[in-house]
Amino acid sequence: MDITDDLIDHIAHLSRLNFDGDKKTVIKNDMEKMIQFVDQLNKIDTEDVEPLIFMSEAINVLREDIVKSEITQEEALKNATHKDSDYFKIAKVLDVK
Amino acid sequence: MYTSFDKVKSAIDNGTTVVDVVSHYLKQIEAKKHIHAFLEVFEAEAIQKAQEIDAKIKNNTAGKLAGMVIGIKDNLAYKNHKVSAASKILEGFESIYTATAVERLIQEDAIIIGRLNCDEFAMGSSNENSAFGNVLNPIQEDKVPGGSSGGSAAALAAGLCTASIGSDTGGSIRQPASFTGLIGFKPTYGTISRYGLLAYASSFDQIGPFTNTIKDAALITAVMAGKDEYDGTAIQEDINEFPIEKIEKGSLKVGYISDCLESKGLNPEIKTKLEQTIQVLKKEGHTVEPVSFPYLDAMVPTYYVLTTAEASSNLSRYTGVHFGRLADNVKGVEETYKKSRSEGFGEEVKKRIMLGTFVLSHGYYDAYYTKGQKVRRIIQNKTNELLSEYDVLLLPTTPDTAFKIGGVKDAIQMYLQDIFTVQANLAGNPAISLPMGTHSNGLPFGLQLIGKHQKESELLSISAYLMDLKQ
Repeated sequence: MDITDDLIDHIAHLSRLNFDGDKKTVIKNDMEKMIQFVDQLNKIDTEDVEPLIFMSEAINVLREDIVKSEITQEEALKNATHKDSDYFKIAKVLDVK
Repeated sequence: MYTSFDKVKSAIDNGTTVVDVVSHYLKQIEAKKHIHAFLEVFEAEAIQKAQEIDAKIKNNTAGKLAGMVIGIKDNLAYKNHKVSAASKILEGFESIYTATAVERLIQEDAIIIGRLNCDEFAMGSSNENSAFGNVLNPIQEDKVPGGSSGGSAAALAAGLCTASIGSDTGGSIRQPASFTGLIGFKPTYGTISRYGLLAYASSFDQIGPFTNTIKDAALITAVMAGKDEYDGTAIQEDINEFPIEKIEKGSLKVGYISDCLESKGLNPEIKTKLEQTIQVLKKEGHTVEPVSFPYLDAMVPTYYVLTTAEASSNLSRYTGVHFGRLADNVKGVEETYKKSRSEGFGEEVKKRIMLGTFVLSHGYYDAYYTKGQKVRRIIQNKTNELLSEYDVLLLPTTPDTAFKIGGVKDAIQMYLQDIFTVQANLAGNPAISLPMGTHSNGLPFGLQLIGKHQKESELLSISAYLMDLKQ
């Protein structure tokens, strides 16, 4: 199948990744090769085969609905680069004059 | 020196302390620093822990693994310790809880000596994708140790711990075990809880050990295995042990996959060793028959469609905001995500996220993702069908011995390193690589057994038997 620049841009956006300049050429080439490689699956007849979705045989593993607090707010914030005592902080979205 | 738990225990029985054992490994780790197996050594803590365990041994209160010194792959969480999945995106990250597998080892008094290098997010077959530098194969240092659990393999092969823990998504324990002359065991999917294992492809990922003896593999796996309230996909029963049974002459039914034996890329010496093993088993009266597995070419493509899809979803959590590396000079959320991810992830990881996003995207989902799931069912059905007739399947672990660092440049060629190992992950079966031979080039290689779902004892018993026959 034909991998266009537009398709790469679209998939990169969905992946929340940037590919600029040379990197875009490289990823386009890599994607072409990988898609061609996985296209081999078309040779296999899967008529009337149900997709395999769950690997374990257990069905509906339920538990009691008990509230447990296992991670404190402090622990949850521990690894964030930008935070204050209560919140994760993100980069400014709007410039205010 | 302390290449197995039995050796450690007999030293302890003869007056050696656990502190001595840990000090020995720490010295070895220092001497073998250049192979770059460890990303971090928990030196002071390991010594302190060893003192505590020595006291427990004196008081007869020590756990099953007292004296065992274990290195863990850098994709397992250990509270208040760093974990990075060998990725820059997690540089500086410290776990706020401990993986169930690691917790259970510690509960039985194993000492965790450090975290081991690997391919970034367990994506790779040579350990060349680590953001913190590659690992050298201790047997021949110009060769790769395999991947993705390359540090785990190299550390044990170099004598830096009693055993090590890895994870296996498509061969990431068995292939490096083959390249370094070790036992590498991937239990049935779900045998060991994945809680605290940094996810790559959740329906494939399985934790397992590298060891020098089958006894150690059985012991460590049983300690880590069993029901866990934090992983609903894990097995629903408790597991205490995997007993090793004696195999009687003439009692086994072994199928060897002729398509693998005849595959073009298979090194002739590995093929010969496999044929010899078949003859030895026949001489012992066992039934050994060729079986056909006509989906060999589909195996790796199916693996890539499904694992990249799962990876693209699993790795969406790394945005730089809640934890991990955050990009500078960004405006708004979208740019923060894009820049943090683009700077933090390595090239192989980005490539797999892109392919995974593609196969899951509107218009391509059915043609690729659903198709992959259907082929996965065909592969699982065929594997189960063969194992309804045979106790185990015998096949090579790897097409060749360890290759030179930088020696495999083409991505598809690298992916085909896993051609014999992905079947067990696609079908969920337990599989083990046994160090069965040494090539004339001086490098070891493994042979692989695939067993029946949740029949780890049977698979390990047959493995122990095969290892004895070899000697």
